[in-house]
Amino acid sequence: MIRVVLPAHLRTLAHVDGEVTLDVAGEVTQRAVLDALEARYPVLRGTIRDQVTHRRRAFVRFFACEEDWSHEPPDAPLPDAVATGAEPLLIVGAMAGG
Amino acid sequence: MSEVRVLVGTRKGAFILTSDGKRQRWDIRGPLFAGWEIYHLKGSPADPHRLYASQSSGWFGQQIQRSTDGGETWEPVGNTFVYDGAAGTHQWYDGTPRPWEFKRVWHLEPSLTEPDTVYAGVEDAALFRSTDGGQTWQELPALRGVKGHLWQPGAGGMCLHTIVLDPSHPERIFIAISAAGVFRTDDAGKTWRPMNRGLKSPYELPDPDAEVGHCVHRLATHQARPDVLFMQKHWDVMRSDDAGESWHEVSGNLPTDFGFPIVVHAHEPDTIYVVPITSDSEHYPPEGQLRVYRSRTGGHAWEALTQGLPQRDCYVNVLRDAMAVDTLEACGVYFGTTGGQVYASADAGDSWAPIVRDLPPVVSVEVQVLP
Repeated sequence: MIRVVLPAHLRTLAHVDGEVTLDVAGEVTQRAVLDALEARYPVLRGTIRDQVTHRRRAFVRFFACEEDWSHEPPDAPLPDAVATGAEPLLIVGAMAGG
Repeated sequence: MSEVRVLVGTRKGAFILTSDGKRQRWDIRGPLFAGWEIYHLKGSPADPHRLYASQSSGWFGQQIQRSTDGGETWEPVGNTFVYDGAAGTHQWYDGTPRPWEFKRVWHLEPSLTEPDTVYAGVEDAALFRSTDGGQTWQELPALRGVKGHLWQPGAGGMCLHTIVLDPSHPERIFIAISAAGVFRTDDAGKTWRPMNRGLKSPYELPDPDAEVGHCVHRLATHQARPDVLFMQKHWDVMRSDDAGESWHEVSGNLPTDFGFPIVVHAHEPDTIYVVPITSDSEHYPPEGQLRVYRSRTGGHAWEALTQGLPQRDCYVNVLRDAMAVDTLEACGVYFGTTGGQVYASADAGDSWAPIVRDLPPVVSVEVQVLP
């Protein structure tokens, strides 16, 4: 079971409280987690990554195990602690805009 | 007695203001979609309880929200805006080619007759249409074929911000883009023509006959006389008497002819309203006096409307989508400011009062009259 923490605006949009838990088949990567997240909550399509290119939106960041995973390739495996559910993947709205 | 509903989009959410037909006491509901930019929300003329809202965020992109109960509840609908075919390029500020890239929806214009049909004007400039209540969106791509490679963004971005549907010619649509100009289709979007003859932009466009490239800020028309259009251009207030084929200036005695919104009185096709703004680098009223100007002669002769509006130390702006009229017998006029006030007049502009005064910066104002 994968745990995902969404930023407040996306929790409101998707009508979820607290963490989201997802089943991800196969290797646990950014792409696999986002695919599962968007399948569960279609309203989140386009909010975290571009709907066509699947590139991460500029002001969205991914953190896991106190490290910034934003610039890792989308098919790179996430840390084991995320894959086992010991730690959540944090999706964060970047500090921007003043 | 009729109910009036004012739909206000702001930089940090939407607000719905309601009153009875006297328009003196207002209930305020919101913020809806708190923290998101609401560029525009508008109701369907065919079903006033069907509302559409453009919700966007620099962080999380674009959403379209739909309500079927007058804004009591909302549901997100389709937010996929993909340009038709190869998107191509337009000009960037420095004249270099720049790929078209969707950024946000500036304006939503519901069909005059079909509640499930709605048009979206987007940045980078293009026109999309949905015929399933906003679930899916298709571009009308021929528009960008009209010298789109020469279009260039205005200071606020390359946005398609105005959509005027012609009630007497169901397949005729006018749109306006900053900074490309006015375009018209007579066949529901299959083909388009630029409609900018007579516009003068000598500093931005050295070619006096340039077909595209004009910074049009807003168009307005009266439903009963759709061949007459009024325009607030970057500079100049303009009028067309031939459905956009040609334009002539009607700025007359305005203190400045720079501004953003322009609206037409609901019952008097020759009564129009603008809010003069000092200049393109000073986005506030001249002399710190917030004045709406009204012409009862379709332009040229203008009178300042000041009663109830701040006449000193006022340095707000009024954006292009932030002015509207209602259809009650004594026409109501409404506008919102970047200072968060929404002012209303229940007597066609003779007197004004703020109906709410401390909202986030107001981006859009629309009005509905409910039976």
